[in-house]
Amino acid sequence: MTMKRLIWITPIILVFAALWVGIAFAQDPTPSDDDVNRIAKQLFCPVCENTPLDVCPTQACAQWRALIRDKLAAGWTDEQIKQYFVDQYGARVLSEPPRTGLNWLVYIVPPVLFVLGVIILARTFHSPKESKGGDSPNLTPAPVAGTPAQPASESDDYVARLEEELKKRN
Amino acid sequence: MIAQFGYGVLVISLATAFYAVGAAVYGYFKKSQRWVESARYAMLLSFPLITISALTLIYLIANNHFELDFVFAVTSRSMPTYLKMTALWGGQAGSLVFWSWLMSAFASAVMLRKWDRDREFMPWVIVVASVTLAFFIGLVVFYENPFARYWQTFDGTVITAMFQPSGAVPFIPADGRGLNPLLRHPGMIIHPPMLYLGFVSFVIPFSFAIASLVTGRTDDRWIRITRRWTLVAWLFLSMGLVLGSRWAYDVLGWGGFWGWDPVEIAAFMPWLTGTAFVHSVMIQEKRGMFKHWNTLLIILTYSLVIFGTFLTRSGVLSSVHAFAQSAIGPAFFIFIGATFIASAGLLIYRWNDLKSESELKSVFSREAFFLLNNLFFMSILVVCFWGVIFPLISELFTGQKVTVGPPFYQRATAPLFAALIFLMGIAPLSAWGHSTWKTLGRAMWKPAIAAVVAEVIILALGLRNPYALIGFFIIILTLFITLYEIWRAIRARGKATGENFLLSSWRLVGRNRRRYGGYIIHISMVLMAIGILGIGLFQTETQGTIAQGESLKLDGYTITYKDLAVFDTADARNVARAVVVVSKGGKVLAELHPRRDFFYESQQPMTIPGVRSTIEDDLYIILVDWQPILSSGATFKVYHNPLVNWLWTGSLLFIFGALVAVWPDKDPEYESARERARIAQQPAAAD
Repeated sequence: MTMKRLIWITPIILVFAALWVGIAFAQDPTPSDDDVNRIAKQLFCPVCENTPLDVCPTQACAQWRALIRDKLAAGWTDEQIKQYFVDQYGARVLSEPPRTGLNWLVYIVPPVLFVLGVIILARTFHSPKESKGGDSPNLTPAPVAGTPAQPASESDDYVARLEEELKKRN
Repeated sequence: MIAQFGYGVLVISLATAFYAVGAAVYGYFKKSQRWVESARYAMLLSFPLITISALTLIYLIANNHFELDFVFAVTSRSMPTYLKMTALWGGQAGSLVFWSWLMSAFASAVMLRKWDRDREFMPWVIVVASVTLAFFIGLVVFYENPFARYWQTFDGTVITAMFQPSGAVPFIPADGRGLNPLLRHPGMIIHPPMLYLGFVSFVIPFSFAIASLVTGRTDDRWIRITRRWTLVAWLFLSMGLVLGSRWAYDVLGWGGFWGWDPVEIAAFMPWLTGTAFVHSVMIQEKRGMFKHWNTLLIILTYSLVIFGTFLTRSGVLSSVHAFAQSAIGPAFFIFIGATFIASAGLLIYRWNDLKSESELKSVFSREAFFLLNNLFFMSILVVCFWGVIFPLISELFTGQKVTVGPPFYQRATAPLFAALIFLMGIAPLSAWGHSTWKTLGRAMWKPAIAAVVAEVIILALGLRNPYALIGFFIIILTLFITLYEIWRAIRARGKATGENFLLSSWRLVGRNRRRYGGYIIHISMVLMAIGILGIGLFQTETQGTIAQGESLKLDGYTITYKDLAVFDTADARNVARAVVVVSKGGKVLAELHPRRDFFYESQQPMTIPGVRSTIEDDLYIILVDWQPILSSGATFKVYHNPLVNWLWTGSLLFIFGALVAVWPDKDPEYESARERARIAQQPAAAD
C-alpha cells in the first residue's frame, strides 16, 4: 500500500467508523437504569423540596425518570435532556443556579467575603503597633536568630502587665 | 379537662418567665438582692411547671387522646409505647414544648450553681434565659398549641380550637395518623433531643456574655464560667449532627449521609460558629485578645441556634410564600432580629472596654493560627448561609425559583475543610505569643517525612485521583503530627517520672484533660474526614432489574437476587422483603434483606436498605421496585461506599474526646492557675 492510498483511505475508514458507532449508540433500544440515573442525579425533583431526581421515591419522579429513558432512547444528549427539564419546569431542577443575571451573586458573594476576611486578618497582623522580632521572654520559645532584641522597657512593661493579670486571676 | 390543665400550666409558666424578667431587671437597677433572688426562684419554678405540662402531653399521647390535633397527627393505636413517648418531638408543637422544657432545665441548672463570685451576672443571665424561654412558650401558647382539640360545628365541619366554640361538640377520631414512618428509627428518637440539647445549652454562654456586657465586667470571667457549658453544648450539637447523618444513611435510602439540604445546614451553622468560638475563647483566656470577636461569635451562635430551630421545624425555606403564610415565621424573624440588634448594640456600647490586652506579634503564634481557623469556619458559614437563603432572594427579586445543591457546597467548602484539617495538625505545635517556622519545623519534620512515605505507598497502590491524593496527604500529615505530639509528651513524662507507658499516658491526659481531649477530638475528626473523603470521592452505584437467580455486579461484588416475600405485619405495615446474596470472587460474604415498608395509616412508604458493613467499605442495597406476581423480577440499586465506617468510628472517638475535655476537674480554679503557670514557664508546646 502506497503512502498516497493510505492518506485517502484512512479518513474514509474513520468517517465510517464514527458513523457506525453513532448509529449503534443511537439505536440502543433500552438505555440502562445507570444511564437514566446518570442524568437524573444532576436534576432535582421539580415538585418536591430538595430531592435529587435519581433518589426521589414518588410516582411522579418515577415517570420523569421514564421520560429521561425515552429521550435517551430517542437519541437525545444529556445536555438536551437537562435543557428540556429546565424549559419545562424552570431553573430549580438544576442542582445549581444557572450562571446568569442575579444568580451570579450566589457564586460571587462567598469569595468576595472570604477575600475581605483575609484582608481584615492581614491588617490585624500588620497593625502599626506591631513590633518585629520576639515577644516577651516568658512566651518566647527560642531566640530567633537575626532578629533584633526587644527593647527592655517594652518587655518589662509586658511582664509587669502579665504578672498583674495572673495575680488578678488567682 | 386534662388538655386544659396542661395548657393552663403552660400559660402560668409563661407568666412566670415574664415575672422573672421583670423582677431581675427591677432588682438590678434598684440594687435589690431580694428581687433578684425572687427572679431566681421564678426561673427555678419554670422547670417543674413545664415538666408538668410536657408530662400531661405525653400522658395524652400515650392514652390515645385523638381529640387533640397534635396527638392525632403524630400517633396511632398501633404504635408501641416507647415510640409514642418520642412522638412528643415528632411534630412542631410538641417539639416546641420539648425545647422549652430543655431550656428550663438548663436555666434551672445554672441557677443552682455557686454564684458567690459572680452575683452581678445573675440578673442578666436570668433575663436572657427567661426571654428565650418566654419566646418559645409564647409560640406554643399563642401559635402552635399541642393541646388544641377538634370540635364539630352544626354544619359538620371539624375545626381545631383550644376552647369549645359555641354550639360545637367535641369530635374524637377513632385512630390517629401515626408518626411519620421516617421518624420511627432509633437515630431519629435520639437525634432531635441531642440537637436541641446542643441548641439550648449554647443559650447559657450567650446569657453570660450578655450579662458581662450589661454589667461592664468585661474580663474573661464569663468565659471561664461557661467553658464547660460551651463544651457540653458543642458535644451535644456534634452528636446531634452525627446521629442525624446516621439516620439519613440508614433511613432515607439514597446511599449517603449528608445531602446539603437546607434543614441539615440549618443545624450545621451554629456548629460552625460554636466550633470557632470553642477555639477562639482560648485566645481570650490565655492572652486577653479578641474580646469583641468572641462576643460576636457567641451572639451569632445564639442567633443561628434560634434560626436553626426555626428552619428545622417549619419548612419555610421552600418558598418566600410559605414563610409569609407560616404563623410562626414572622414571630421568629422578629425575635432573631430583635435579639441580634440588642446584643450587637450592647457590644458596640462596650466596644472600648473590650480592647485587647496584647498585640498579635507573630504569624506563627497559636493565636494567629486560631484566627485563621476562625476565618475558615466563618467562610464555611458564609457559604452555607448564602446557599440557604439565596433561593429566597432569587424568588423575591426575580420570581425565579432556583436550587442551591450539593455541587455548590462541595466545591466551595472542600478547600476550606482541607485547610482546617491542616491547621488542626500544625496549630497545637505553635506557642502562645510567638513561634517561628523553625520551631514548627522541628516538631513537624519527622511526621512530615512519614506522611510523604505513606503518600508514596498510596500512589504505589494505584490511587491517582488528585483530590484524593491531596486530601489523604493532609489527613495523614495531621494524624501523624498529632500522634507524634502525644507520643513525645508521654515519653517525656515517662522519662521524667519513671512511669510505664500506660500509666504515663493516663496521668498525662488526666493532668491536662482539655489539651489531650482536644487532641483526641482532632484525631476523631481526621478519622471522620477519611470516611467523608472515601464516600465523597469513591462512591459508585448501579441499578438494574433482575430475575431470581440473576446478579448485578459492582466493584468486584456480585449481588444475586434470591427471593422476595410480601406480607402484612401486626403494626399495620405492608412489607416487601427481598433476599439477596453478596459474594466476591466466588465467596459468599453475606445475605442481605433490603425492604420496602408501606405504612397503611400514614399511606407512606419507607425504604430500609440491606447493608454489609466493614471497616473497608459498605455495600448498601435498596429494593427499588418489584413485580408482585410470582416475584419474577425486582429492581435493586446498589451503592458501594468505601471507608464510610471511618466516619462513624471517628464520631464515637469524638464523643470520648469531648468527654475527656469536659470531665470536671477537682478544683478548676487551681487547675487553670497551674496551667497558666506552666505556660509561663514552658513557653513552646512544641519543645
